[in-house]
Amino acid sequence: MPDRQISFKDAVLEALTQEMRADPAVVLIGEDIGAAGGVFLQTKGLFEEFGSGRVIDTPISESAIVGMAIGAAMTGLRPVVEIMFGDFLTLGMDQLVNQAAKVRYMSAGGFTVPLVLRTAIGVGGNLGPQHSQSLHAWVAHVPGLKVVMPSNAADAKGLMTAAIRDDDPVVFFESRSSYNVKGPVPVGEHVVPLGRAAIAREGDAASIVAIGAMVGVALRAADALAADGIGVEVVDVRSLVPLDAATIVESVKKTSRALVLDAGHAQFGVAGEIAATIAEQAFDWLDAPVLRLAAPNVPVPFSRTLEPLAIPSREQVVAKVRELVGRR
Amino acid sequence: MSAASNSAPDLGLALYRQMATIRAFEERVRSLSAAGQVPGLTHLYSGQEAVAVGVSAALQSDDVIASHHRGHGHCLARGGDPLRLMAEILGRTSGYGLGRGGSMHILDPATRNLGTNGIVGGGVPLATGAALTAKTVRAAWIAVAFFGDGAMNQGIVFECMNMAALWKLPVLYVCENNHYGEFTRIDDVTAGTLAGRAAVFGIPVAEIDGMDVLAVYAAAGDAVARAREGEGPTLIVCDTWRFSGHHAGDKQSYKDDAEAKAWAAKDPIETLGRRLAAEGLTEAQALSALRKQIESDIAAIAEQARAMPEPAPASLQEHLHA
Repeated sequence: MPDRQISFKDAVLEALTQEMRADPAVVLIGEDIGAAGGVFLQTKGLFEEFGSGRVIDTPISESAIVGMAIGAAMTGLRPVVEIMFGDFLTLGMDQLVNQAAKVRYMSAGGFTVPLVLRTAIGVGGNLGPQHSQSLHAWVAHVPGLKVVMPSNAADAKGLMTAAIRDDDPVVFFESRSSYNVKGPVPVGEHVVPLGRAAIAREGDAASIVAIGAMVGVALRAADALAADGIGVEVVDVRSLVPLDAATIVESVKKTSRALVLDAGHAQFGVAGEIAATIAEQAFDWLDAPVLRLAAPNVPVPFSRTLEPLAIPSREQVVAKVRELVGRR
Repeated sequence: MSAASNSAPDLGLALYRQMATIRAFEERVRSLSAAGQVPGLTHLYSGQEAVAVGVSAALQSDDVIASHHRGHGHCLARGGDPLRLMAEILGRTSGYGLGRGGSMHILDPATRNLGTNGIVGGGVPLATGAALTAKTVRAAWIAVAFFGDGAMNQGIVFECMNMAALWKLPVLYVCENNHYGEFTRIDDVTAGTLAGRAAVFGIPVAEIDGMDVLAVYAAAGDAVARAREGEGPTLIVCDTWRFSGHHAGDKQSYKDDAEAKAWAAKDPIETLGRRLAAEGLTEAQALSALRKQIESDIAAIAEQARAMPEPAPASLQEHLHA
């Protein structure tokens, strides 16, 4: 059957539906996911199909939601926990960091935590400083957690399927700005293995290594640069932990120039980590310093004027790439 | 106090043996710690044995527990292997976590023990989540969270109690009130009452003498029955006392001597021993001989554990991911 065009949001929903049909141990736990179908309608129809026993609508208690899901995962369920906004992840951090991430290690594999935590992140919609953050660096820093951030609908379905089937805790970041972006998605079972980056566009002048919704920004920048004869390669990181350093480094060895693009804050962030990896593993191939373009080090402001400035833009990416190739 | 020991003489002796085993184990850990043999911090259960043993006696083998930082007693009461437990406390490769966890992180799938825990209140969501599993898959087993009075000031405990009461989860909350959260007396940091914290959620509360193993057993039996019948959670507040400090090396200058002496007179093992003797079920001499035998067995186990190798450096990265 040919792929259809469906939205990122519906692609995740399709993965959830298919996995819940296939495995009765898969349950969904979160706020407003029952009859309401989720604040973004991202769980629409699941409550009707699977009932309150498997689509568990909770009080607003993120800390206990995450903690209980870990206990449930240790005793036979495969919970998918939904934290409505990524900003609220902080309320569940103790559970993620001190319990989920360490159970397998501390028990030498005796217990596993097959848990997925999905959460919507990023700028857009003037939701202000407490509903717009991209805190993926927080969890990527902690050994024992896997971290993925799909950039398109097909990967959203494939990575969610892989995350649910994985025996370790996986934090699944969904950029809100991607939710309604459509793309071709396989109808049946679709698995994208964790820990593999993808080449989203081939080129030889420079590599843009981009994460999540920034892949779309990179691709639009690449279109603009192509008009000037600058052929940019775009690497979609897809999985922060495990990080597919090999694919990233291979691309940079080919192009000799790299820009790392992330919607998280620049300071002590994921872009810096990837830039360091490139510098360590591809230094002899580089014709220019590795550049970073990430969110400025300020909270995400509310106003229609200021909010767009809190995230890298296509124009900024184009300017950075010109800077990069200008160093020839 | 009922004559439960009379109606089931074997039970009384079994409880005595378990409590004596925990005490001997903990006192051995204490002497190893004083001798510098135990890495890091270890928190001893001496004095609180009646709680772990009394509750465990009311459980089935497939019931799940989650424990706290003072958790060796729960591990042993649930049938954990004292050799593997001692090896983990000593950081040896034959321990439950191959030396990765230590005293505060003993997890044992064989006894359905979700672990001792280094975060105060950390076991409460784990046990409540296990109860969610039990309800979801319609299992017959239940879950138990052991925690201290200190955990009763952690917000996540109330979040869990709310959901457990709302969904009638098969979970038993066992609060071991030993009157001190680390080095601070409970009255100095706690408004209201411990029982009141569960009562606001409509959770039934039993407040009992936590030094009386038969009282604990009886209260746990009632709560377990409620949980198995789908009637939801119960809180049992056990009034108890830790005979040692917060950790093995704590000199306890903050405790009142007269009060400590009064609690020492309520030693749960001695109390049960006197009762068993008074009821003619055994003799003081036999109990004394039994304790000596247990102490000698534990000493041998400790030596065996000490002789075990440290983990290989090459094992550092093992068991991080599937």
